[in-house]
Amino acid sequence: MSTLPLLSLVVFTPFAGAAGLGLLRGASPAASRALALIFSLSTLALSLVLLGGFDPARTAPQFVERHAWIAALNVNYSLGLDGLSLLLVLLTGIVTPVALLASAKAERDSRLFGALFLMLQGAALGVFLALDFFPWFLFWELSLVPAFFLIKLWGGQGATRAAYQFVIYTIGGSAFMLAGFAALFVATGTMDFNTLAQLAADGSLAQKLAAFGGGNWTKVIFLGVLIGLAVKVPLWPFHTWLPPAYAEAPTGASMFLTGVMSKMGVYGFLRILWPIFPGPLHDASCWLLALALGGVVLGAWSAMRQTDLKRMVAYSSINHLSYCLLALFAVSYATGRAGPSSEAAAAALSGTLLQMFNHGLSAAALFACVGMLEARTGGKRGLHEFGGVRTAAPIFAGLCGVAMFSSLGLPGLNGFVGEFLIFRGVFGLNAWAAAIACLGLLATALFLLTFWQRVFHGPRAGATTGVFADVQPGEYLTLVPLVALMLVLGVAPHLLTRLINPLVTAWAGHLTLP
Amino acid sequence: MSLSPLQLCLLFSSALFCVGLIGALSRSNTILVLLGIELMLNAANINFIAFWRFGPAPAAGTGVVFVLFSIAVAAAEAAVGLALVIAVYRHQKNIRLQEANRLKG
Amino acid sequence: MNLSVQYLWLIPALPLLAAGIGALTPRSGKAIAAGATIGAMGLAFVLSCGALVTALKDPAAHLVANFTWFELGHSAVRLGWLLDPLTALMCVMVTFVGLLIFIFSTGYMHEDANFTRFFCFLSLFAAAMLGILIANSLLLLFISWELVGLASYLLIGFWFHKPAAAAAAKKAFITTRIGDLGFLLGMLWLSDATGSLLFYDAGKGVLETSALTALVTQTTVGGLAVSTAIGLLLFCGAAGKSGQFPLHVWLPDAMEGPTPVSALIHAATMVAAGVFLIARVYPLMSADQAIATAPLHALSVVAAIGAITALLGAVIAVAQNDIKRILAFSTVSQLGYMMLALGVGSWVAAIFHLLTHAFFKALLFLAAGSVIHAAHHEQDIRQLGGLKGPLKVTFATFAIGMMALAGVPFVFSGFWSKEAILHAAHGWNVSHLPFYAGLVAVVLTAFYMTRLVAEAFFGQARSPASEHAHESPAVMTVPLVLLAICAVLLGFLGTPYWPWLQHTLDPKFHSEPGGGGLMVTSIVLVALGIGSGWAVYGRRLRAKASAPDPIEAKVPDLFAALAARLGFDELYAATVGRLNTFLADAADVFDRYIWDGAVRLLAGLGQFTGNVTRETDENLVNGGFDATSEQLKSTAKTYSRAQTGDTHGYLMLVALGFVLLVLAVMLGGTR
Repeated sequence: MSTLPLLSLVVFTPFAGAAGLGLLRGASPAASRALALIFSLSTLALSLVLLGGFDPARTAPQFVERHAWIAALNVNYSLGLDGLSLLLVLLTGIVTPVALLASAKAERDSRLFGALFLMLQGAALGVFLALDFFPWFLFWELSLVPAFFLIKLWGGQGATRAAYQFVIYTIGGSAFMLAGFAALFVATGTMDFNTLAQLAADGSLAQKLAAFGGGNWTKVIFLGVLIGLAVKVPLWPFHTWLPPAYAEAPTGASMFLTGVMSKMGVYGFLRILWPIFPGPLHDASCWLLALALGGVVLGAWSAMRQTDLKRMVAYSSINHLSYCLLALFAVSYATGRAGPSSEAAAAALSGTLLQMFNHGLSAAALFACVGMLEARTGGKRGLHEFGGVRTAAPIFAGLCGVAMFSSLGLPGLNGFVGEFLIFRGVFGLNAWAAAIACLGLLATALFLLTFWQRVFHGPRAGATTGVFADVQPGEYLTLVPLVALMLVLGVAPHLLTRLINPLVTAWAGHLTLP
Repeated sequence: MSLSPLQLCLLFSSALFCVGLIGALSRSNTILVLLGIELMLNAANINFIAFWRFGPAPAAGTGVVFVLFSIAVAAAEAAVGLALVIAVYRHQKNIRLQEANRLKG
Repeated sequence: MNLSVQYLWLIPALPLLAAGIGALTPRSGKAIAAGATIGAMGLAFVLSCGALVTALKDPAAHLVANFTWFELGHSAVRLGWLLDPLTALMCVMVTFVGLLIFIFSTGYMHEDANFTRFFCFLSLFAAAMLGILIANSLLLLFISWELVGLASYLLIGFWFHKPAAAAAAKKAFITTRIGDLGFLLGMLWLSDATGSLLFYDAGKGVLETSALTALVTQTTVGGLAVSTAIGLLLFCGAAGKSGQFPLHVWLPDAMEGPTPVSALIHAATMVAAGVFLIARVYPLMSADQAIATAPLHALSVVAAIGAITALLGAVIAVAQNDIKRILAFSTVSQLGYMMLALGVGSWVAAIFHLLTHAFFKALLFLAAGSVIHAAHHEQDIRQLGGLKGPLKVTFATFAIGMMALAGVPFVFSGFWSKEAILHAAHGWNVSHLPFYAGLVAVVLTAFYMTRLVAEAFFGQARSPASEHAHESPAVMTVPLVLLAICAVLLGFLGTPYWPWLQHTLDPKFHSEPGGGGLMVTSIVLVALGIGSGWAVYGRRLRAKASAPDPIEAKVPDLFAALAARLGFDELYAATVGRLNTFLADAADVFDRYIWDGAVRLLAGLGQFTGNVTRETDENLVNGGFDATSEQLKSTAKTYSRAQTGDTHGYLMLVALGFVLLVLAVMLGGTR
């Protein structure tokens, strides 16, 4: 294996692209779009290289890069990749170019758009690869800046308000997390995730924190970190920023936000909260399970009530990500209890990881579809403003239908495998939670089919009565890769589970409390 | 009644001072006002000399030194004054003292 | 010819391939799509026959081929194929009926613009249905089960530009999904309790003794054995798919789809999947029979639901006027019979009836399709009439189907299979109510089918559509004739005198004596049903389309209630529908006002604090400094007036001061 700093390349190539686009003042819109696309594709290419050198059997981080950065604070620039990170890097590599392609048309100032998008991509990759809190948090916050401008400058009518709400809400959450980590640092003198996790596993973390500030200190810090992550995912009821932000963002940004950025929160739960605070998470898991169920069930029912298609898809994102959290909380709930098998935990955790990937594909595809409806009708996206799209554009309807059925978990498409594994695991860990979550499945089917019936079926009506083009060649590039992946991963989920199974097995293997 | 030389000198200097004062107050031409002021200064100089010469302790040369200093300062003052007069003249094309009041508060 | 179990996957794979071809064929490629579909189905039929040959070599054996789908933790998720007589017979039936219906469809759908897509969906359906049949894993069965639901959704909504079709498709999907959630939970429970989802796996499968013993001995809420609870959950799925009460409401609406779809999916095959599922997991369903003290046996629930459905469907069918809806309710009723048979312990009778029903119901639907095709899409039997003259083949085959369904003795297959069910119900030692329900349904079935035939085929044409009716082309009538032949012959495979089918399906089967009296009773009841039907509708034939129904004239309220399907739709709309809307509203209000309100309140508090500090800064702190400076400035202004600029004035003051000084010195004395 080469000694190239591969992970740094992965993270900084998009940033380099952003800088390049910033410097090329005279670049034509087409050239800057092409440049942005090429740089965003670098992640996919590099992640294929990573895939070649990746050894799924090793559960420790691979390709590790570690350099002292601020010695006085024991801060290290430390990157590493395990199955979880690899999955998300792959997802980023797939979703970003597709999202850029989806916004290729009619975006003003495509140079700035591309540069911001690449920054966003780089920041997300940094979050998925950093192993030290300091760089991790830097990337975490850095991702907000381009997201804010993408929403505000290219968004719809309520974009300014939505962008402010999004950024301030998220930063507000992160502030708690930062405070929590500052306290952790003071107590332990390190911000390295793995070190902290080891300290937590052997129980010395709780002792150090107790020596530092009393017995409840761990809980307070846990709560701070929890709030920071819960806002980002979002965990119900910290979700109210999400529908307006996703709805007002331009299509490409919506795709990226739901496809990649929403995974940052879940990633944080898996990488930080769960390993570092196993005890407090277990203590709170009963309540957290209830909140995740709230997201699953009420998220779906709220979606049913939406008349704006983007808001509807946004709510379905809340619903789908809540499944991930449901599985994690169920695992945490069962930790240290007698009875539940490690098999159920492995199923739940595998399901979480698959669901993250699959939701990235299907939600991005759904946003792309709504974006195409908008593009054809001058920005219309009301549930009642369409009718008979399937008559007008059968191929578009077919591709969108695959995305929709993937989202509602139809077997044979990718969404099913993740959801089945989550349900399989959660049932073994906490059967009632699984039974209640089933309502979410039903409601999801109901609102997605309502969407489909109103917009695609019936006679041509509303905005569909005039000229309504079927899928254009450029749009095939957006939809076909996503739809093809949905079909392939639905039949052959082992392509993904192969990468994560040893890691998940290791996680599920020692479910003990310190 | 007979007057001592000191008194005579003082009378003379008082007369000179009064002439200078009246000149300074009554003239509107700035140069003439300056002339008046010079006269008043000279009256003071005569007093220095008179008190030195006829005073109680005619020490060596004190009055003369004072007067020499005073004359030097008066000359410098006259130079500055005349320069000011020229500057004023440049601005308002006359040197009437009543009209040179731009700097009033 | 043999087909070993390793290659069993070819049977569903062929139609799946055809579906792929159909999906990629442009609209003009009608011949390619239809050819691929029919060819694949024909090959699948041949392969199924091969599989049947293999299976018949040892009917008691369950041949399996299991494989790993993907690794999970230390174990793996495994799927597999299963070949036994049940699988093989069902495969033969599905492929044969499917093949005939596909051929019929080429004629029926000839003019439809989306012809290729229709055949793509049909192939997809066939693939998924065959997947259900060959699955050796509950998970694989569930996957295929859901795909069948998808195909059904797509085909019911095939004419999606009609709002009614679109709504019916959604209703079907959602209603069956409600049942499927039970299925899912049952599957999860089974997987959690046994660690496997394979049916047969060399002693480790869920239908094998060790797993069943474990499931029966554990108890759960309400003292139910775990196997009972799982069985009931699985039955939810079966009830949804097979249109059992109370989830039967979607099936009549599903008739919005093209008629071949109604024949294939909503009469012959898919709706029977629920019956097949229960038959497949029969060892699990019946495991709790071993405990006499169990508070509830899973099969008792099945029997009760089956009896209710059989009766309910038959009663409602009496008052329907749409030819397809009458058949749809009769399907509901017949599926109830099958469930009844399963519940009372005779799964072979259920499968026997499933097979015969598939043929004669497909026949009836296709014949109805032929009628509809001939009568320019007129489906109301009051508008038809007098079709027996122009549509000779259709009439003859429809009559055969009708007699098979009504259970006309000895010659027709429906008689024998229904007889087997009634026999089993009579022998059930828990209750005789299901048996009586079955008997009543026999009379009603004969009655409403007689009504249908009398109204549609006899008398005179009552609308222009039926006046100009003409017989369908051979591509449609030949399948009818073939199906009619099967509808007659199939019954002889399972008569009490030569129970070949029963022995093949269940080698331990032994026929109980004493069927003679029962047979006489049932013949009398059939005669009663047909006779009364003919008495009411046949003797005085309808003259005008608008004339009221004879029963309607006698008991209008009852007839209206039945015609409105006893108000189930309204009831669900008023309860479940309202609850759903309410919850959606509540969730939305919660979001918009409570949670978002809390966030906005917090933001408002922040803004308020900001305003307060801004006001203090501007007014208090800055204001103080400003006032002081202002004071200083005005004072300075006042005093600056002393500088007048009048140099003479200054000099005067100096002189005056000097004079005052001199005076002070002079007057104040010397020192």
